[in-house]
Amino acid sequence: MGKPDNKTAASSGYSSWREIPAVPVSVPCKGSIGATGEWRTFRPVLDAEVCIKCGICYLYCPDGVMIYKEGSIPEINYTYCKGCGICVAVCPKEALKMVREKQ
Amino acid sequence: MKNEQGKEQTIIMSGNYAAAWGAKCSRVNVVSAYPITPQTTVVEKLSEFVDKKELDANYIRVESEHSVMAALVGSSMTGARSFSATSGQGLLYMTEMLHWVSSSRLPVVATIASRGIAPPWNIWADYTDILSIRDCGWIIQFASTHQEIFDSILMAYKIAENPEINLPYFIVYGGFIQSHTSKPVRIPSQKIIDDFLPPPPKAGWDHINLNPDNPITHGNLVMPEQEYLDFRFLIQDAMVKSKEKIKKTIQGFNTEFGRDYKGLVELYCCEDADVVVIAYGALAEQNKIAVDQLRAKGQKVGSLKLRYIRPFPTDELLELFNGVVEVIGVVDRGTAFGNPTGGPISTEVMSLLCRARRKVKSLPCIWGIGGRNVTVEDQIGLYEKLLRIKNKNEYPTDETCQHGTVWMGLKIGA
Repeated sequence: MGKPDNKTAASSGYSSWREIPAVPVSVPCKGSIGATGEWRTFRPVLDAEVCIKCGICYLYCPDGVMIYKEGSIPEINYTYCKGCGICVAVCPKEALKMVREKQ
Repeated sequence: MKNEQGKEQTIIMSGNYAAAWGAKCSRVNVVSAYPITPQTTVVEKLSEFVDKKELDANYIRVESEHSVMAALVGSSMTGARSFSATSGQGLLYMTEMLHWVSSSRLPVVATIASRGIAPPWNIWADYTDILSIRDCGWIIQFASTHQEIFDSILMAYKIAENPEINLPYFIVYGGFIQSHTSKPVRIPSQKIIDDFLPPPPKAGWDHINLNPDNPITHGNLVMPEQEYLDFRFLIQDAMVKSKEKIKKTIQGFNTEFGRDYKGLVELYCCEDADVVVIAYGALAEQNKIAVDQLRAKGQKVGSLKLRYIRPFPTDELLELFNGVVEVIGVVDRGTAFGNPTGGPISTEVMSLLCRARRKVKSLPCIWGIGGRNVTVEDQIGLYEKLLRIKNKNEYPTDETCQHGTVWMGLKIGA
């Protein structure tokens, strides 16, 4: 039976069922389904003055868009952030808030 | 009771214990199950095997059957040989995850001690549970003796783990009638079993392998114009192709272990039979006695046992229909409300009649629902009904025949 072939979801493009692997499997890659930041209605905005650099938002972010190293202030990758608001909910210092995107 | 490397031993055990022994002798790596009558003693026995270190497996306790199958999706994706067992409502509860297993092409094996579906509560033999999930992409085999339950588990892993198949596998038997009665079961030496069924590949399955060092995403979103349709076709293709692998595996097993299992169907006195009853499970086994008694009186009758319903034994049934048979009866111990016949398997069997080269008459029957007793005399009664169709073209007209199907035992007053 077919082995995984490391193609990403966005680039499958097979011409015959004989070529496809047995199950769809993809390997990690950046934004395999496109710039998901376009889905956002509200964006999380970080107040660096209040942030204590604990990294909890980084741990909880389901999309891995918090760029953080221990002891640093996180940066948000808005190309892929869908605006789910989990980082705002878990921030112990209320350093993050959701702001409506402009039309 | 320890099954060491040495000799074959014969142990008197229940059908459920035969299932537990089958899993143990297959050296399963992971068991996850939730107790439900009449399956409970399968998992009790397995937890005892694990506790006493007679089986080197992880036993994962969970809060529901849905989680049982979810746990086995994970375990099987790491390449672990994975086992479960359930019944009735438990099987229905795990239905969503059954698709996750088959569509991820994971060779999980599970035994089902079939019982009636509630409400009203019923815990006795009735195959409506397994028949309700017959289209989930699992191979479905009925085991009609205790020995067959044990042996089938060994064969099931061999078939399911074949890289050209990679489909999960159910082995089904009737609640209480088989699960809780005791019979002698021959347990071969572990060495012969290990030779027949080696452990799964250490590196995991070729097609899907959960490994933290090489992360993957599985079950991805596939857009309509991508290959969702094609992945579905591959499952149907594997189902059809599994027929040859099943037959070959059974032949190999028979040679190695000195058994006499047939292929997808088992024919009994069908070569010259005018009238054949098609059934599955223990009722089909008991049907042979009715055939013997009628043959002794000179009636040319036969019995066909469906050993598998997924994949469906299409060729075998067409061969029967293209032979000499004039009338078939099809017995369902299960219901499919609103189906053309009210019975799931009779509908499928009768759908093949239009592909036969000859005209064959048929009578669908619903029997033994909710554990209602079916005696040999009852089965002889069905043959007599079928013989009246053959000899006089007389179909049953009494009240037990409703909407073209005989509801055996339907209470119709004095």
